[in-house]
Amino acid sequence: MNKNSNIYQILYAAVMVLLVGTVLAFIYMALKPKQNENIANDTRKQILSALHIAAAGDAQVKETYEKYVIQDLLVDKDGNVVDSASNVAFDVQMKKNVKLPVAERQLPVMKCRLDDGSIKYVLPVYGAGLWGPIWGYIAVNDDGNTIYGANFSHEGETPGLGARIAEQPFQDEFVDKHLFVEGAFKSVAVLKKGQKATNGAEQIDALTGATITSRGVSDMMADCLAPYEAFLKKLQGTAPAVEPSLEPAAIEQVTDDNQPE
Amino acid sequence: MLSKKNKEALFNPLSKDNPVLVQILGICSSLAVTASLEPAIVMGISVIAVLAFSNVIISFLRKTVPTNIRIIVQLVVVAALVIIVQQILTAYQYDVSKKLSVFIGLIITNCILMGRLEAFAMHNSPWPSFLDGIGNGLGYTIILVIVAFFRELLGSGTLLGFHVIPQWCYDHGYMDNGLMILPPMALITLGCIIWFHRARNKDLQEQ
Repeated sequence: MNKNSNIYQILYAAVMVLLVGTVLAFIYMALKPKQNENIANDTRKQILSALHIAAAGDAQVKETYEKYVIQDLLVDKDGNVVDSASNVAFDVQMKKNVKLPVAERQLPVMKCRLDDGSIKYVLPVYGAGLWGPIWGYIAVNDDGNTIYGANFSHEGETPGLGARIAEQPFQDEFVDKHLFVEGAFKSVAVLKKGQKATNGAEQIDALTGATITSRGVSDMMADCLAPYEAFLKKLQGTAPAVEPSLEPAAIEQVTDDNQPE
Repeated sequence: MLSKKNKEALFNPLSKDNPVLVQILGICSSLAVTASLEPAIVMGISVIAVLAFSNVIISFLRKTVPTNIRIIVQLVVVAALVIIVQQILTAYQYDVSKKLSVFIGLIITNCILMGRLEAFAMHNSPWPSFLDGIGNGLGYTIILVIVAFFRELLGSGTLLGFHVIPQWCYDHGYMDNGLMILPPMALITLGCIIWFHRARNKDLQEQ
């Protein structure tokens, strides 16, 4: 048979691609459950890390997670719990969720109890960095205001620059910051040294050389946490008195907040 | 089993005909994944596996492959094996697969693979091709491990994640060199290894 005839070449290529495709499809199907479990465990690790908990080993991640996260909640923008089935918050696809208008979003909350009995609420955030998506988990104290811990991850930020949002020193800067200033929701701003947040939010230092990623973190926090305002206010024990004013009213003098702590 | 020719196929790539040091192939990935030892070792093993099996498969197919589309055939075989490796890593070594991210996928573009398929597997029977794949993969892995050893040791003070530089060094003012973590130092480290290698092997030196 002539190896260089067109028929032979086309048949050869077609059969080869068909065979390879079948083999790959089978392998994909066979490994999919295991891979999904890994991805879920990775998410659990990130949530635990926001609570300053390290799982002992990969095998214990799920167990540790279930020990500390006591309830999954979905809340609405008025702060009412609309769903509390198990894993309902964990299963929310943040990527799709943040694209919706604020009013239609699901607002997942993971209620956690630490070893000392204190209650924390973990809120997921999702946004855009320089090269791709960035996301994170913010643990808030039961006063609905103080950040207990934060964990950020990214898909492909620049190593050594934007990728440092996933490192401990940056994440630790969020600890003990307040989401509310004088009773109004302000989020936490990530700004260069010397800049002041226009709305008077508490702020932390941006990463040098990673302006866009830092801004991404800042925007992500504001965008994803703002809908929780009513929920957080309920935690504070103060019902939402007035609708949040959107104008940057009352810029109070922020004290020397851009010193790293 | 191991005739003289087969031995050459297996052992030459380790030093005298090393794909990285002598042929300067696969540089991109050897700079990218060598910031610490673990990803370097996993990357090395992945390349050995892909290279050995693609060599064998191409060697089996070599008499049937139409000349005009041989590169495409080689690419399909390599791509399929790389995807299999990637899937297996995501399933069983998730953390490492996250660290290696795109670089496993980029094994497809590693010149060592296409080079060996074109130069060796297309003209030799499966067993020597297998040995050639193992040899070249090992040659690549050795260099990766050496570079990663120095970068992790000097850059982070750890080896395979364990702290090996004692605390009293830090107490006396020793500091990890952050520059070692960045790609430029990988290139310089690799350059030093090539320099050393050439100095030891007179027959590699040009007149």
